[in-house]
Amino acid sequence: MILYLLCFLLFLIGLYGVITRRNVIKIVIGLVFMEFSVFLLLVLVGYVEGGEAPILDETIVSGPFVDPLPQAMVLTAIVIGLASNAMLLAIAIRLYKKYGTFDIRKINELKG
Amino acid sequence: MSQLIPLFVIIPLVAAFLIPIIGKFLEGFQKVLTSVAFLSLSVLTVYFICAGTGEPLLYTVGGWEPVRGIPIAIYLVADGLSIFMLAITSVVGFLVSVYSISYLNRFTAQNNFFALLCLMMGGMNGVVLSGDLFNLFVFMEIAVIASYALVAFGIEKQELEASFKYQVLGGIASVLILFGVTMLYWKTKTLNIADAGNILRTSQDKSFVVFTQLFLITGFGLKAALIPFHAWLPDAHSSAPSPISAMLSGVLIKAIGIYAIIRLFFNMFTLSDEMAVTITALGAVSMVLGSFLAMYQWDIKRMLAFSSISQVGYIVTGIGMGMIILARNGDQRVAALAISGGLFHMINHAAFKGLLFLNAGAIEHETHTRNMKSLGGLSRSMPITASTSMGASLAISGVPPFNGFFSKLIIIIAAIQGKFYLLAALAVLISIVTLAYFMKFQKYTFFNRQGARDRKKIKEVPFAMCFSMIVLAVLCLGLSLLIFPGIREVVLDPAVRVIMNASEYAPSITGF
Repeated sequence: MILYLLCFLLFLIGLYGVITRRNVIKIVIGLVFMEFSVFLLLVLVGYVEGGEAPILDETIVSGPFVDPLPQAMVLTAIVIGLASNAMLLAIAIRLYKKYGTFDIRKINELKG
Repeated sequence: MSQLIPLFVIIPLVAAFLIPIIGKFLEGFQKVLTSVAFLSLSVLTVYFICAGTGEPLLYTVGGWEPVRGIPIAIYLVADGLSIFMLAITSVVGFLVSVYSISYLNRFTAQNNFFALLCLMMGGMNGVVLSGDLFNLFVFMEIAVIASYALVAFGIEKQELEASFKYQVLGGIASVLILFGVTMLYWKTKTLNIADAGNILRTSQDKSFVVFTQLFLITGFGLKAALIPFHAWLPDAHSSAPSPISAMLSGVLIKAIGIYAIIRLFFNMFTLSDEMAVTITALGAVSMVLGSFLAMYQWDIKRMLAFSSISQVGYIVTGIGMGMIILARNGDQRVAALAISGGLFHMINHAAFKGLLFLNAGAIEHETHTRNMKSLGGLSRSMPITASTSMGASLAISGVPPFNGFFSKLIIIIAAIQGKFYLLAALAVLISIVTLAYFMKFQKYTFFNRQGARDRKKIKEVPFAMCFSMIVLAVLCLGLSLLIFPGIREVVLDPAVRVIMNASEYAPSITGF
């Protein structure tokens, strides 16, 4: 149970960062925190207490196995997260080149 | 025939892969390949529509058969609703790619533009075809990451800011959707939508289902830009290059937002009254506030973006009313009418909003401004743009005989028959407000002579751009034919049937 609560805490820290920080890079870090809290939850979902690697072999036939599907999913999700974070950081660097600042309050050409 | 389904994903992805490699050496390769790829997708869709079998077509990736009735392969499902959505994406995509041939001449990095456009198309087609929750998420991410890059394509101050805002909100939406998928997997131990639907139907854990549904509504609501999740849309859709705005407003928010909501809430979850009311309320609020916000805009594309929020509200309201009636076991025919109104408005909105954004792009291409106050008197120098945008404006405001009239009429009739009098009144009122701000757009842009300075230099846009605009304008008129039973039965009814017989989706795929 404590692990799930820690996951939730990580999510809240990320959300807090996204909402309160003024720095573009810190907002990106907050988003990454949120993403990774969900990835952790995804791994926890597949975890089985005392489970073994789900490889069928002559020696291992009984026993509870951990669920391999969330692990495959989390790998895919991490790769997607990598792509979107790289995109975000690339935009952040471009923003810095155009505006000369990372302060989100000064980046306000658009209203609405 | 079901062997052809993966082509919808493969063709755009292969095109996206080839363009940066070969396009580097071959001038014009990227434009030709994109147009040919999207044209072949359109032809395939027409073939699927004409062959319409009624039964959903299945493709199991890798050919893995179900084990003891449990589907283990990744399923691609092409049923009536999916094919209907594919028709929207591929036809609008083809016209946008033709339009981009001329529009893109003033940009550098054309290879990147067309590769990203193909990638976005592949992602959207994947979302629409996927019968699997996690792949829906993956394809959705492919589509939205491509769209993040395309919004920032101009790499000026505004574009970058809009893209950043879009990415932060889109990132939060993706996290929420992934969380919803995780929760569903935790509960049902399956990712197949049909299989999960079977398990959820027999499950007793009501609070868990509501919890997951709220996360999914928030996530997909953010993607579909329903108010109060709309903050990114006016910036992103107005800053993107115009053909991309047409794709985003016309297709993307429907394919990854509304389609996903329909598919999950009708075909996977059992219908519940409170969720149906929530969705309808979100739709109604978007419909009203979106149009009032649009009234105050002077930037053409910003006005069109707010109007997209309002029109998406119409679609969601129509479908939500059908959902409420079905959840309360009301009159089946009224529910079918409301849902067909919503879907009809969806295809109409793709046509006229796509056309309006292309018009805005043509105006920007010639005059280098989007501000209505500094435009005027364009009806003489740009006759094709002026006449097509007049058609689209009349269509979106619901003037007969254009398509928008019929879809709004169906939604309003369904609202009255279903005794949602408030929604019916709002739909009529908002239609009038829509007419008001499109009259403003027409007057200031095309007729008002006062703003017209040195307008002699302005010419009509090149042929490729005119071609797309004219075809879409013809579609704005031609889609009203969907009201006639013979055509409706082929195009619209299969999609409506999938939604109406929501509980038959799971048995038709898993076999029980």
